[in-house]
Amino acid sequence: MTDITDRDLPLPAENRAPRTHGVLHWLRVNLFSSIFNTLLTLLALYLLAITIPPVIRWALVDAIWSAPNGNACRGDGACWAFVGEKLRFIVFGRYPYDQQWRPLLVVLIFVSLIIASCNRRLWGRRLGALWLGGLVAVGVLMWGGVAGLPYVETLLWSGLPLTLILAVVGMAFGFPLGILLALGRRSDLPAVRAICVAYIELVRGVPLITVLFMASVMLPLFLPSGFTVDKLLRAQIAFILFAAAYLAEIVRGGLQAIPKGQVEAADALGLGYWQRTRLIVLPQALALVIPPLVNTFIGAFKDTSLVIIIGLFDLLGTVNAALSDANWQGFYVEAYVTVAAIYFCFCFFMSRYSQMLEREFNKSRRR
Amino acid sequence: MAENTPEPGQTKIELRHVHKWYGDFHVLTDINLEVGKGERVVVCGPSGSGKSTMIRCINRLEEHQRGQILVAGIELTADIKNIEAIRREVGMVFQQFNLFPHLTVLQNLTLAPIWVRKTPKKEAEEAARYYLERVRIPDQADKFPGQLSGGQQQRVAIARSLCMKPEIMLFDEPTSALDPEMIKEVLDVMVELAEEGMTMVCVTHEMGFARTVADTMVFMDRGEIVERSPPKEFFANPKSDRTKLFLSQILAH
Repeated sequence: MTDITDRDLPLPAENRAPRTHGVLHWLRVNLFSSIFNTLLTLLALYLLAITIPPVIRWALVDAIWSAPNGNACRGDGACWAFVGEKLRFIVFGRYPYDQQWRPLLVVLIFVSLIIASCNRRLWGRRLGALWLGGLVAVGVLMWGGVAGLPYVETLLWSGLPLTLILAVVGMAFGFPLGILLALGRRSDLPAVRAICVAYIELVRGVPLITVLFMASVMLPLFLPSGFTVDKLLRAQIAFILFAAAYLAEIVRGGLQAIPKGQVEAADALGLGYWQRTRLIVLPQALALVIPPLVNTFIGAFKDTSLVIIIGLFDLLGTVNAALSDANWQGFYVEAYVTVAAIYFCFCFFMSRYSQMLEREFNKSRRR
Repeated sequence: MAENTPEPGQTKIELRHVHKWYGDFHVLTDINLEVGKGERVVVCGPSGSGKSTMIRCINRLEEHQRGQILVAGIELTADIKNIEAIRREVGMVFQQFNLFPHLTVLQNLTLAPIWVRKTPKKEAEEAARYYLERVRIPDQADKFPGQLSGGQQQRVAIARSLCMKPEIMLFDEPTSALDPEMIKEVLDVMVELAEEGMTMVCVTHEMGFARTVADTMVFMDRGEIVERSPPKEFFANPKSDRTKLFLSQILAH
């Protein structure tokens, strides 16, 4: 390879590329490259200077870290004593106090399942089995009623475990359903296509909040008396159906981006429809739409907070309940900052994960 | 099925009075063509003459609307079982290669044998490496298609078809998307294949290749087969004026 050795030879000074590193160089290129950029940089520095110090003073310097009750906790800074006092309630809510190790275990199971899914070498049947086992374990732990665990009804499930169950189960079932809907919308069979289009348009056209309302308030009116469907289950189904409709349209976008030649090549090799779809079309289509998929996942995760309107106590519900304690009144900012931080951890993780996946999948496209 | 097993010397592909329309446009008009076992047919003609459409009808990438197409003794109908059976026996090489970009070269080659023929993975990989050697790129097995040159990609595509051990190979302008310096490496592989007795139908403008390997030349224009003759006759004294015009244009430079 002569061209590579040529390239390695030292070039005369005037042919060398200009220096592209060093702090001064970086500052000049990125912050002060033109008058307009210089102005923007100075403006940004000014805004940071007037906002950061007060926030630090409030959150750290003037903050009160422990106090017996709300009145002892009032000052110029944040009252983290309130969060310390209420954190366990915010996270686990109305779940029986002495049984709260069970939801804690559930959260740990979810977190370890999600972390295991990040390792692409584990992908396959074994990971599927792991998830199935994990979800069964989550069910057993939350409900109890077996193996000496006292039974806990779903109305008492609350806080972070509830949010995670709604989000994870919603996505785990909504995503495959969404893929089927997307494939159905592109089907050659008119009936299948019509059903999928009608479903997607209908569900997308209605706000989630009305569906939750209908599921909790109106559905019981139509059902025969004495026949009830668990409230949590109703909300969960609503989430699955909603996530599926939104994900279907994203997947369809990916399907449309696959060149016709890929399908023809698979056909010409004798692959059947499902083989072709699973091995050739979907892997490429899904890799193309990772950013909007994760966008929707993050949206769906945060949408779970809407269950508060039908009386389920997710993370936001438990925060509101904590705020109504007569001994600790008025610590809204602290409470919402805490719950926002919990949401942020999960959403930021999803976003980083999607970037990792994109890098992974784009390896094949790299030249 | 015993009656579907062709005997030596028997017809492999038969098109009888095949017609096809795109809307009102008559793309194929009364096409009749027989290809015997081991026969090499080269199809040429001006662009838009229906050559690609005809060859794509043979493995049902396009649907014909009238007439009969029999491949390896099986008639092509809407029956998906028949179509898939025929596609297993018919390899196809495309102008744009159509390799699967998300799979490595080796995975491209073993995918169909493993999933369609149910060949054990190890066996499929051995076969794949054998065919990669045949198309002279044994050391690229673990690369992705995007990392190869056009000529290499097309040779991988040929190897991918061969891994299914097809009875018939269809080539749809296999060198038209290649840079000039890469055409020869692909044609060399195709010549070798022809010399081994593969039944081939090849749409191409490479007249040198046609002279070397073709048993039969087919000239198409405006959806019809205008002329069909052995290459010597075809190039020395074409009968129809349309063939003469085409040859003068394509051989002029």
